[in-house]
Amino acid sequence: MNMLQACLLLSSALFCIGLVTALSRSNTILVLLGIEIMLNAANLNFIAFWRFSPAGSAPATGVIFVLFSIAVAAAEAAVWLALVIALYRHQQNIRLQEATRLKG
Amino acid sequence: MNLSASSLWLIPALPLLAAAIGALTPRGGRSLASGAAIIAMVGALGLSVAALGTALAHPAAHLTDNFTWFSIGTDAVRLGWLLDPLTAFMAVMVSFVGLLIFIFSLGYMKEDANFTRFFCFLSLFAAAMLGVLVANSLLLVFVCWELVGLASYLLIGFWFHKPSAAAAAKKAFITTRIGDLGLLLGMLWLYHVRGTLLFYDGGNGVLEPSSLALLSHGKIAGGIALSTAIGLLIFCGAIGKSGQFPLHVWLPDAMEGPTPVSALIHAATMVAAGVFLIARVYPLMLADQHLANVSVHALTVVAGIGAITALLGAAIAVGQNDIKRVLAFSTVSQLGYMMLALGVGSWVAAIFHLLTHAFFKALLFLGAGSVIHAAHHEQDMRRLGGLGRRMKITFATFAVGMMALAGVPFLFSGFWSKEGILHAAHAWPVSQLPLIAGLIAVVLTAFYMTRLVAEVFLGSPRSDAASHAHENSPVMTVPLVILAIGAVLLGLIGTPAWPWLQSNLGGVVVPAESIFEGPGLMVLSIVLVCLGLGVGWALYGWRKRRDAFAPDPLAVAMPGVFAALAAKLGFDEFYALTFGRLNQLLAVVADGLDRWVWGGIISGVAWMGEALGTFDREMDESGLNGGFDAASEKLRGVGNAYSRAQTGEAHGYLRTLAVAFVVLALLLLLGGVL
Repeated sequence: MNMLQACLLLSSALFCIGLVTALSRSNTILVLLGIEIMLNAANLNFIAFWRFSPAGSAPATGVIFVLFSIAVAAAEAAVWLALVIALYRHQQNIRLQEATRLKG
Repeated sequence: MNLSASSLWLIPALPLLAAAIGALTPRGGRSLASGAAIIAMVGALGLSVAALGTALAHPAAHLTDNFTWFSIGTDAVRLGWLLDPLTAFMAVMVSFVGLLIFIFSLGYMKEDANFTRFFCFLSLFAAAMLGVLVANSLLLVFVCWELVGLASYLLIGFWFHKPSAAAAAKKAFITTRIGDLGLLLGMLWLYHVRGTLLFYDGGNGVLEPSSLALLSHGKIAGGIALSTAIGLLIFCGAIGKSGQFPLHVWLPDAMEGPTPVSALIHAATMVAAGVFLIARVYPLMLADQHLANVSVHALTVVAGIGAITALLGAAIAVGQNDIKRVLAFSTVSQLGYMMLALGVGSWVAAIFHLLTHAFFKALLFLGAGSVIHAAHHEQDMRRLGGLGRRMKITFATFAVGMMALAGVPFLFSGFWSKEGILHAAHAWPVSQLPLIAGLIAVVLTAFYMTRLVAEVFLGSPRSDAASHAHENSPVMTVPLVILAIGAVLLGLIGTPAWPWLQSNLGGVVVPAESIFEGPGLMVLSIVLVCLGLGVGWALYGWRKRRDAFAPDPLAVAMPGVFAALAAKLGFDEFYALTFGRLNQLLAVVADGLDRWVWGGIISGVAWMGEALGTFDREMDESGLNGGFDAASEKLRGVGNAYSRAQTGEAHGYLRTLAVAFVVLALLLLLGGVL
C-alpha cells in the first residue's frame, strides 16, 4: 500500500465522517461543520494527487486549488454564521428540521 | 404743404389708430372714442390736403413707394403706396365728408347706448376706405376693399337687435361677396400672367405700357382679349360694391343702418369705391380699345351696365315711400351715371361726378337723418309733411342738395358734373343708347326729388311725430350747411369755362371745347330737368297730400306702373324665386347626400367594423382561449408536481445529494468509465 492509497483512504474516512455528521445532526452549526469536514476531505485529495502523481514535479496546481478552496470556505463560513443568526432570530432555535419555510 | 408717397400710409393709419382706441374704450368713454375718431379724421384731412399739394405739383406723375411684404422662394409679394391726383382728390373728399359726418353723428347717435362702438366702426371704415385710395397694389386694394365691406356689414347691422337690420347686413355682405369673387379671380389671373400686382412700378407695374401691350395681345376663347377678361372680372367687384345692376339689391336694404352710416358709406364713399377702382385700373380697361377683331370691349360692358343701372335706379326711386329708400335708389342711379361715364371713355367726368355726388348725397342723407331724428324715427314720407316751416335750416340745405342732384342749371355742382357725363356719352362713337338712358334718368331724377321734397317738407303734418318735430342742434345743422356750400361751390372747379379739376386729374390740360361742344345738349337737358320738376310739382306740389292714407297721385294715374316700381320691379322676389330657390334646392340635395349617401357609407363601414369585432371576439373566446387555458392548466400541474419535491428540509436535500453521489460513483466504477 503506497502513500497515495493511504491518503485516499484517510480522505474517504474523513468524507464519510463529515457526511454522517451532516445527515444525522439537527443542530445547524454541526451540520455545517460536517460539510466543512467533507470539504477538507476533498482538499486532502487535491494535495495527495498532486504530491504523488507521476508528473509530481509539475507546478503547484494542487496547492493553489486548496488555497482557493480554503479561502472560499472561510468566506462561506461568514455567510453561514450570519444565516444561522438570522435563523435563530426567526424561530428562537437553530434546528434545521424546523427551517422548512421555503418549501414549495 | 407737401407729403411724399412714402408717408402716405399715415392717412389710413390715423383712423385705424382711432378705431383701436375706440375698440379698447369701455362703453362709458364716449368722449374719448368720438374725440379720437374726429381728431384722427382732422389729421387725415390735413395729410390728404398736403398730399393733394404734392400731387398737383406733378399732375401727370404717379408717385409710388413700393416695399416687399414677404417672399416665398424667389417670388416677392410687393405692396406700395401710390400718390397721384386721383388718390389725392378722393382722399380729400373722403376725409372731408367723413369728418362732417362724424361730427353729425355726435348729435344723431347721442342717445345710443353703443356710441363708442359706433365711432370705432366708423373709424375702421374710414381707415379701410383711405387704404383703398392710397394703395399701389391690387392686392392691397383688395384687402382694404374687404375691410370696407366688413365695416359696412358691421354698421348696417349696428342695430342688430332688429331682425331686418341683421338680415340687411347679411344681404349686403353676401351680395357684394359675389362681386368680390370676380375681383379675386381677376386679381389671381393678373398675378398669374404678370407676376406682380403693383399698379405702377417704374415700368414693371400692371398698368404700365409694356404690361398692357402683353395683356391686350393675349387672347382667350371667343375672341376676347386677356385684358378684357381680367378687366371685366375686376368690374364684377365694382358691380357688387357700387350697387350696379344686377347686384344693386343690397344697397336699398343697407338703409337699415343708422343714417350717418347711410350717408358716409352707402352714398358718399364706399359705394363710390367701385367707380374709383375702375378709374384706377382705367389703363387696363382701355387696353383693348385699339383692337378691332375682338368680340367685346370691356368698356362697352361697363357703359351698358351703367346705363341700365342709371335708368333702373331712377325709375324705382319714383315708387318708394321711405325717404332713405328713395335716396338709396337715387344713389344706385347716380352710380350708374358714373359707370356710364367710365364706359363711354371719360373717367375724369366720372370722378368729377363722384366728388360732387359725394357732397350732395351726403348732404341729402344727413338732411334725411336730421328729419328722421327730429320726427322720432318716422321715415315714411306719407306720414311726414310740413317740416319746412319747423326745420328751416334742414329744409334749406336739403333743397340745395335736391337741386344739385336733380341738376338744376348753372348754380349747382350736380348740373355741371352731369353735363360732363352726358356730353361724354354724346361723343361716344359706339352707341347713343347710354345717352338716351341718361336723359330719361334726368327727367326721373328731377321728378322723384320734387316728390320727396314736396311730401316731406311741404303741406301739413300727417302724424304726431311730424307735427312735433323741431330743428336739431348746431352739431347736426352745421355739417349740413358746410355740405350745402360744398354742393354749390364744388361745381365751380369743373365747369366748361374753367375745367381745372379735369385738367389736373388726368395730368392733361383739357380744353373747354372737349367737354362742351355746343349748347344743344345742355339746352335739351335743362328742358328735361324742367320737365321733371314741372311734372313732379303738378302731381305732388300743386295739391298737397291731405292725410297719410291718401293714394299716391302717380298710383292713381298709372296704377300698374306704380305698383311695379313700388315693388322694386320684383328683383328681390325674382332672386328669391331663382337663386334663393336654387340654393335651397342644392342645400336639400347636399343634405340628402350627406345624410343618406355619405352617412350610409360611413355607417356601413362602421357596421362592418363592428361585425368584424364581434367575429374576432367569438373566435377568441371559443377557439384560441380554450387552447391557451388548457396549456396553462398543464403548466400549472407540472409546477405543482415539482413543488412537492421542494420540502424545505435541508437534510432531505443533503440526503438526496449523497445518495445521488453514491449512485453516480457506483455507475462510474461498475460501468468501467474510469
